[in-house]
Amino acid sequence: MFLLEVTSEQIFQQALNGVSKGAVYALIAVGYTMVYGVLQLINFAHGEVYMLGAYFAYYPAKWAGYIPDEGGEKPKVPLYFIGVCILFSMAACAAIGMLIERLAYRPLRNASRLAALITAIGVSLLLQNGSQIMFGSDPKYFPRFMDRESVQLGMFDVSNTQVTIMVVAAVAMIGLHLFVQKTKPGMAMRAVSFDMRTARLMGVNVDGTIALTFAIGSIMASIGGVLIAMDQPRLTPLMGLLMGLKAFVAAVLGGIGSIPGAALGGLILGIAESVVGTWSTTYADAVAFVILILVLLVKPSGLLGKTGREKV
Amino acid sequence: MADTILELDDINVYYGAIHALKGISLKVEQGEVVTLIGTNGAGKTTTLATICGLMRSKTGTLKYAGQDISKCATHRLVCDGLVMAPEGRGIFPNLTVGENMRIGAYACKDKVAIEKNLAHGYEVFPRLAERKRQKGGTLSGGEQQMLAIARSLMSQPKLLLLDEPSLGLAPLIVKTIFETIDRVNKDGVTILLVEQNANIALKHSDRAYVIESGEIAIEGKSADLLIDPRVKAAYLGES
Ligand SMILES: Nc1ncnc2c1ncn2[C@@H]1O[C@H](COP(=O)(O)OP(=O)(O)OP(=O)(O)O)[C@@H](O)[C@H]1O
Ligand SMILES: [Mg+2]
Repeated sequence: MFLLEVTSEQIFQQALNGVSKGAVYALIAVGYTMVYGVLQLINFAHGEVYMLGAYFAYYPAKWAGYIPDEGGEKPKVPLYFIGVCILFSMAACAAIGMLIERLAYRPLRNASRLAALITAIGVSLLLQNGSQIMFGSDPKYFPRFMDRESVQLGMFDVSNTQVTIMVVAAVAMIGLHLFVQKTKPGMAMRAVSFDMRTARLMGVNVDGTIALTFAIGSIMASIGGVLIAMDQPRLTPLMGLLMGLKAFVAAVLGGIGSIPGAALGGLILGIAESVVGTWSTTYADAVAFVILILVLLVKPSGLLGKTGREKV
Repeated sequence: MADTILELDDINVYYGAIHALKGISLKVEQGEVVTLIGTNGAGKTTTLATICGLMRSKTGTLKYAGQDISKCATHRLVCDGLVMAPEGRGIFPNLTVGENMRIGAYACKDKVAIEKNLAHGYEVFPRLAERKRQKGGTLSGGEQQMLAIARSLMSQPKLLLLDEPSLGLAPLIVKTIFETIDRVNKDGVTILLVEQNANIALKHSDRAYVIESGEIAIEGKSADLLIDPRVKAAYLGES
């Protein structure tokens, strides 16, 4: 019986791998959830923003010569330049996110939800194909930000990249939570997500707040893109497709509109995938879709979703 | 003597094919309490929404403090002291009472003024101060209406638009709310008050307009309207 060949240590080990995977799902899922919170729109182009996040960190390193044209051994990127790459990627993704909102979604603010949904799919296709033209469809290999080393964590083996992913993702998620709960623009986001009209009456710049929501979601996706590229350096213009779908499932599982829900959903999905992957890596990708179907059947509002109107 | 703070002339507003306001003209002078009364669907809320820029008129002029505001964004008008407390109170149940108060001053950049207004608001409404950490959704209806008024004062309005502050409240609470409105007016805020409760609205205002199916049907001093047979029959439940 093949089930017995797997020890419980292996399962724990896989679960730990799942946490770092899930941390990235969570980073991307918050973008879906925040935009849904303010606009009740599934921004299907969000997976592409994640893809762009990885490319936007790749190019500064390439321009600076950290990716030799003739191939061969890549030089290690110094820490300060890693910072430059990440900041560039965050800024560019924020700009792209706001541009998508301004050009594609804002004109449809009062249109039917179907029109907005179809537009979202259209934007996603546009970015996928535009990226193939811009970046080429052959894969690019991410610069050397970090050499993978094994770290012993109690009885488990983890890599230094995995630890980095978990730490960076946790810091980003806590930062986002504090931003939404404690700052004035965060308060405006919560108000707009509950009632746009009244928020406007209170003097909130609703359009500005929605643009900010897109910017922040895109920054989180950019961080996710860079983190994944550090672990799996092969970049393609279509890499956002599956990742976007999985992060969307994580958002639905946690309860779309809820930021803590996105974090929880991401972690559960990451762990579930990795544990299933212990037996079969082929089935691991299917886990997300099984979860999606189960959530929609059993609890469409998700684990932490409110049945009421509170969203962000 | 007094300056005109708000002036609507020949305002026409449509919801798609529905002609909701049919050539509304009205005026509010500095320091007044003016009430706009009418039955359900007469166009009261639409009138207020048009004044604060949520709806646009096809024709006519809309002036606030002498300036044309027919194209102004709502949040800009809030900065300029034109504030509305919406029908149904518009409390954010997912924000604390304190945050609800602060969001009323969202457009205000002056941190010192915000803290001063907040302290003043809590002084006038001690009940809100006790509950400032509570979520807005946990307040009673009367407390929510108090919060709606306190919140609208956070941005130091010159002209306050109140949409049915008595809605769904017990008579005793309504009395308190209207005493509050009187006091706010004494502090120098001009008020345009929309009400279905014509009796109490006329008693607490200087002048009144009666709106019927999108048109001004009657206008005059509130004291006169209280004894006007047409108003008595249709709005005061007397004959
Ligand atoms: N969003 C909308 N879409 C279409 N028609 C609307 C809309 N809002 C209001 N109306 C219509 O416009 C007219 C005026 O509505 P309005 O809300 O201004 O009335 P009101 O006097 O405030 O009534 P109430 O006392 O019930 O609040 C009504 O006939 C209403 O059906
Ligand atoms: Mg109304």
